[in-house]
Amino acid sequence: MSSVQRSPSSPTARRVVLDAADITRALTRISHEILERNKGSADLVVLGIPTRGVALARRIASVMGQVEAHDVPSGSLDITMYRDDLRLRPARTLEPTEIPPRGVDGAVVVLVDDVLFSGRTVRAALDALGDVGRPRVVQLAVLVDRGHRQLPIRADFVGKNLPTSLLETVQVSLDEYDGDDAVLISAAKETGS
Amino acid sequence: MTSYLIQGAAPFGGPAGDLLLHEGRLSDPADAPPAVVTIDAAGLVALPGLVDLHTHLREPGREDSETVLTGSQAAAVGGFTAVHAMANTDPVADTAGVVEQVHNLGRLAGYVDVRPVGAVTAGLAGQRLAELGAMADSAARVRVFSDDGTCVSDAVLMRRALEYVKAFDGVIAQHAQEPRLTEGAQMNEGTMSGVLGMRGWPAVAEEAIIARDCLLAGHVGSRLHVCHVSTAGSVELIRWAKSKGWAVTAEVTPHHLMLTDELASTYDPLYKVNPPLRTADDVEALRAGLADGTIDCVATDHAPHPTEDKECEWAAAAMGMLGLETAVSVVQHAMVDTGRLDWAAVADRMSVRPAAIGRLGSHGGTLEPGSPANVVLIDPSSVRTIDPRESVSLSRNTPYAGLELPGRVMATFLRGRPTLLDGKLQ
Amino acid sequence: MKRHLLSSADLTRDEAVRILDTADELRSLADRPIKKLPTLRGRTVVNLFFEDSTRTRISFEAAAKRLSADVINFSAKGSSVSKGESLKDTALTLEAMGADAVVIRHAASGAAHRLANSGWVRSSVINAGDGTHEHPTQALLDAFTLRRHLGELDGRSVTIVGDVLHSRVARSNALLLSTLGAEVTLVAPPTLLPVGVSSWPVQTSYDLDASLDKCDAVMMLRVQHERMNAAFFPSAREYSRRYGLDDRRFARLPEHAIVMHPGPMNRGMEISAGVADHARSVIVEQVTNGVAVRMAVLYLLLSGDPDDSFASQQATASAGPDLGATQRQATR
Repeated sequence: MSSVQRSPSSPTARRVVLDAADITRALTRISHEILERNKGSADLVVLGIPTRGVALARRIASVMGQVEAHDVPSGSLDITMYRDDLRLRPARTLEPTEIPPRGVDGAVVVLVDDVLFSGRTVRAALDALGDVGRPRVVQLAVLVDRGHRQLPIRADFVGKNLPTSLLETVQVSLDEYDGDDAVLISAAKETGS
Repeated sequence: MTSYLIQGAAPFGGPAGDLLLHEGRLSDPADAPPAVVTIDAAGLVALPGLVDLHTHLREPGREDSETVLTGSQAAAVGGFTAVHAMANTDPVADTAGVVEQVHNLGRLAGYVDVRPVGAVTAGLAGQRLAELGAMADSAARVRVFSDDGTCVSDAVLMRRALEYVKAFDGVIAQHAQEPRLTEGAQMNEGTMSGVLGMRGWPAVAEEAIIARDCLLAGHVGSRLHVCHVSTAGSVELIRWAKSKGWAVTAEVTPHHLMLTDELASTYDPLYKVNPPLRTADDVEALRAGLADGTIDCVATDHAPHPTEDKECEWAAAAMGMLGLETAVSVVQHAMVDTGRLDWAAVADRMSVRPAAIGRLGSHGGTLEPGSPANVVLIDPSSVRTIDPRESVSLSRNTPYAGLELPGRVMATFLRGRPTLLDGKLQ
Repeated sequence: MKRHLLSSADLTRDEAVRILDTADELRSLADRPIKKLPTLRGRTVVNLFFEDSTRTRISFEAAAKRLSADVINFSAKGSSVSKGESLKDTALTLEAMGADAVVIRHAASGAAHRLANSGWVRSSVINAGDGTHEHPTQALLDAFTLRRHLGELDGRSVTIVGDVLHSRVARSNALLLSTLGAEVTLVAPPTLLPVGVSSWPVQTSYDLDASLDKCDAVMMLRVQHERMNAAFFPSAREYSRRYGLDDRRFARLPEHAIVMHPGPMNRGMEISAGVADHARSVIVEQVTNGVAVRMAVLYLLLSGDPDDSFASQQATASAGPDLGATQRQATR
């Protein structure tokens, strides 16, 4: 998803929009909203979209588990083979798909991604999910919604709405992959996101 | 008949001088008639017209790949004034009738002296001798006999053939290939064949026959000529046979002086040839053998094939490659530019000795006044990129396509008449 | 970089690992209710088989269909080497039909190279076995199977036994497994080892018994009965005695060692029935893994910019081992 280019010397406007504490607060809030919306954690399965969505899903499931005092299953859903730009891009490496043992049939599946942008990733995720099973309900949680949708898709749970220009890049760093938690926005158009 | 005064050419690559071609013979330049055509040949090397001991003209039978006319033209472009037309035509050149037909077609074409080679065995079948005497006595006056394309593998038959042709000073030109060791063989047996998964063609299959034939020739006191020597071991065997004083001669093709079996890794059948391209070590031994005279001559084994016989899988493709038009360039590249032969020696290996082996009295001359005016002018400073589309052969199967090669034949004279002038076919 | 899969020698270690990793993810598909991915929807894969091989064709067919590609099976048996021009004409036909990938099996070594490099077709070409040359997807599925049982192959010892001379499976495996860091030993009677094998990145031996104690896997090659008539060995019985994997030899293998065979087997010849059916024989699993590996190859070859598939870290990719002076280009 988002690549972090660490060039400390770069003076290009790079702004922290969420720091580690903000992210923790946002995820905690999302966890509570999910529980509230679904009246508890029964039948909940949280599936992250690789790469960073997987860690976010795990954190959300963990928070909900603490609140509910029992484990909420989480996993991952790779969407690579369902993308609509496969013919246009070099082959992407596949990421693991790990569905919790209970499966998704009849479940309330919460898809988790770091940034919601065009909506194409979520479209692919819905297709991928359909091949795994038939959930009762599918909901979407994202850490950042930066707008510019190209498909009729919206998130149910949003950490932060972040109006952006198309020229800007949103970068999400997570401790699990990048060593720290932060959401940054930079003016320069870079790869990723 | 037009007379030509060639000015400033270097005979045998030596000091520049003038050559007068008058009434089909070389004459003293001082005697030039007033109407003489002058050719500025400064910077060119003059050699006696080249003689090819090994040419496939394909006619009769495969006129889709070459005819006596187009093959003769390709020979003229390559600087040749005489070629030996191999017997593996359809019908096979195993009777006086066929060899006379080929001989006549050559005379009609008029570009080179076409000397038919007679088959050793009837139909190249390796069962019984063809009518060698009848071919020798025919108007074609055959002196070279060969089953080229297949080997006279039967030792008794080979012995009889060697003995029999003594009666008319003939020579047996053997295609040395032990048939059982080369069943289904596709390329040189070695590292490359193992990697490429192709049936190997071991050097021993050639060398075993050469060793046997040298011993036979020594035993019966006959002339043996070894076609297209391709391995280092073969060179050693021939060196040994010559040291015994036996009448053994040998030829090497231009492609075996330059190309190696690594080209097979392209799986492009342009590089499929019989005998197969060998290793760099073999190429080195062949160059050394040609340089020291162990190998007497260069012979092209010009083997035209139509496109469809090469535009296919390797295993399905025909064996052979074009050679006439590029022979001088390849020899210059492999032997002259490497310092292994000077132009006088090139004349020896490509004109004098092959003419002697084929018993061609009017070729392989000295360029002295009085000798037949068979002359080739070569520009050694020219460099060209080989383009198959420029070939005058009916076929396009040159392995040198796209390669830059030195040297260019600028003019060829057959008995004083230009067959090639200014690099253009006449 | 690469558009075709013609030889194991074409694969760098990184590329090979990428295929195997991708296959790992795709293999889990076999456990799902819906075993189909939309990845190659609208693309056409042609199985061009000049030689009978039902199992290889079915494996490629299943792989392509699970990726939603349209599959056209073109069986051209009988028109093989005897009419060489048919390869070109067939290729032009396929090109006209708009094939995105051609999977070719042919009796002539180099036929896949010919198809890929002749300019006859623009599609990707996958070598599904060419004569006695190579069969790279078989080697990939063997490597995949080995990895599942042994983990990473670095330093692992794999013994390949039998008719190496005529085996495209042996050639492809020798190259690929060496690329992946395994130590490969080829065991065969001297008549069935190719000239020049000493330049391969492998050990060779004439003695099967001497090679058993330390190996992590044994791969038995099929022995064609017609080799007997060509005097490669005196009799089937003698071959079996000296080079067959029987129960006694099997017992001498290390506890963890697995037994492989590309199939079809000659039970009682190169492998005993007891060994073939043993729990440590992974011969049936090889077939399952073949589909996943071929899916991975099709996915990686057919996705995106053809000039940039397999494009993982090209700059740092380590080159595979050279089989002597391997695929050097012509001088032109």
